Amino acid sequence: MYDVNKIRKDFPMLDGTKLNQGHPLVYLDNAATTFKPKCVIEACNRYYEEECANSHRGDYDLAYKVDVTVDEVRNKVAKFINAKKEEVVFTSGTSMSINLVASGYGVKHLKKGDEILLTEAEHASNVLPWFKVKEMTGCSINYIPLDKEGRLTVENVKKTINKNTKIVAIAQITNVLGYLCDVKEIAKVCHEYGAILVLDGAQSIPHVPVDVKDLDCDFLSFSGHKIYGPTGIGVLYGKFELLQDTDPFMSGGGNNARFDMCGNVSFLQPPAKFEAGTLNLAGIYGLGAAIDYVNKIGMEEIHKYELELRNYAVSKLKTLQNLIIYNEFAEGGIITINVKDVFAQDEASYLNSKGICVRSGEHCAKILHDFLKTMATVRISFGLYNTKEEIDVLYETLKNGGDFLDAYF
Amino acid sequence: MRISDNPLLMREIIMDHYNDPINKKVPENVSEYKQIRMDSTSCIDDITIYVKEKNNVVEDCKFDGVACTICTSSTDIMCDLVKGKTKDEIEEIAHNYFNMIYEKEYDEDLIEEAVVFKNTYKQASRIKCATLGWNGLKAILFGEENEEK
Repeated sequence: MYDVNKIRKDFPMLDGTKLNQGHPLVYLDNAATTFKPKCVIEACNRYYEEECANSHRGDYDLAYKVDVTVDEVRNKVAKFINAKKEEVVFTSGTSMSINLVASGYGVKHLKKGDEILLTEAEHASNVLPWFKVKEMTGCSINYIPLDKEGRLTVENVKKTINKNTKIVAIAQITNVLGYLCDVKEIAKVCHEYGAILVLDGAQSIPHVPVDVKDLDCDFLSFSGHKIYGPTGIGVLYGKFELLQDTDPFMSGGGNNARFDMCGNVSFLQPPAKFEAGTLNLAGIYGLGAAIDYVNKIGMEEIHKYELELRNYAVSKLKTLQNLIIYNEFAEGGIITINVKDVFAQDEASYLNSKGICVRSGEHCAKILHDFLKTMATVRISFGLYNTKEEIDVLYETLKNGGDFLDAYF
Repeated sequence: MRISDNPLLMREIIMDHYNDPINKKVPENVSEYKQIRMDSTSCIDDITIYVKEKNNVVEDCKFDGVACTICTSSTDIMCDLVKGKTKDEIEEIAHNYFNMIYEKEYDEDLIEEAVVFKNTYKQASRIKCATLGWNGLKAILFGEENEEK
């Protein structure tokens, strides 16, 4: 039985003392970042207060303890996505993970005539690193068309992919519209053409169970802070042989076995070869606790609950005549809306004045013209601790959403 | 009665300048204008300010781009306010406007209609919006873009 009120007690940000503009805080910007349960905060603090030492080759117990924990958390992450421990690289977050694949694998292997496929719904972090690969290698970038709703379909992947395609980089759940794509089928198509599938899991990992073996994706990136963990820690998963075939984009302490004055370096095996410099150790402690936390509730349960919340919200918001919903049928916990004749940023300010945290944003030109037909939208995104009561507050506030200047008077 | 005593009037002024911003267009003889693009890093606002200046007097001020209500109307009001004024006068007006935004002493008579933004501090995330146009103008006229605080 999913007990959301019990869950809320785990989060200091939800203890009822935090107000936003004098109103009880209603946090609906979970696609941006999530609040942290106490166990995560305590785990980070445990590093600083009890076990503060650097990892790698410490000759004393304290340092050894840190090494053991880093190893344990790596194992936890691996189990969480059904990977091997050696396939889990710690990064600062999704952006760094994708940049690592782009520069370490893309720049290394692609050449003129090769193609990278993206979609128009990708986050900037899954577009700009590939632009760089294009600039450096002369390869081309093309876009898999989305369907009328803004979804990526297997059909359209099949229509677009070709013998020159070397990399397909897509989000499992897109950050604006929240559609879940059929990664498993898309991976099959990619592999038939000899392309690799680079998956952006930033918006999927916190909300749906992900099994990299089953999906057969080649790389997967995600951020700790979107799954109730600390900021500044993230993960890159890669199939081991692909990681071996990827160059580190940072070198330094911790990623080499030995080197000499002539410039000969032998790098360590993955994942260590990508982890030059001191890792975000407190972040790793916290990430481990975050994974334990969601595991305890169960990813299936979380997904089910968030869908239930979403359906409840959509069914209520649909009754508001002044509202445009852009993604009624999405699977992720994201609802993208506008109040008619109100600029998204003004609506977000208005919601803020009533205690509700959402994000307004503009979208790249393509998706805007083809699907949304607007410059900007308001994004509402759920987390495992949101409640129907919070949606009721949102609903009541949006009812009067046209009076957005109330925020200033 | 002062504008600032009448919230309804203040709303109306903001909405008028948002729905029908008469200074929101690329000027016809754009080559005679100095321009600066003000692309907010913290929100959607992305506007370009155009200023035509002769003998220390701002003859015309326009803007164009995509922006929220607060940014659009504050910039439109600013354009009205500075037209025909000397740089010294504008510096004084801008100084008072920023003082108002940051809850310091200001002369309401000097900033005229721009007083409708006196509540911006209540929505701290919108301070950028209410000052984006003004910062652009200051950058063009005085070569500074640092926000007064």
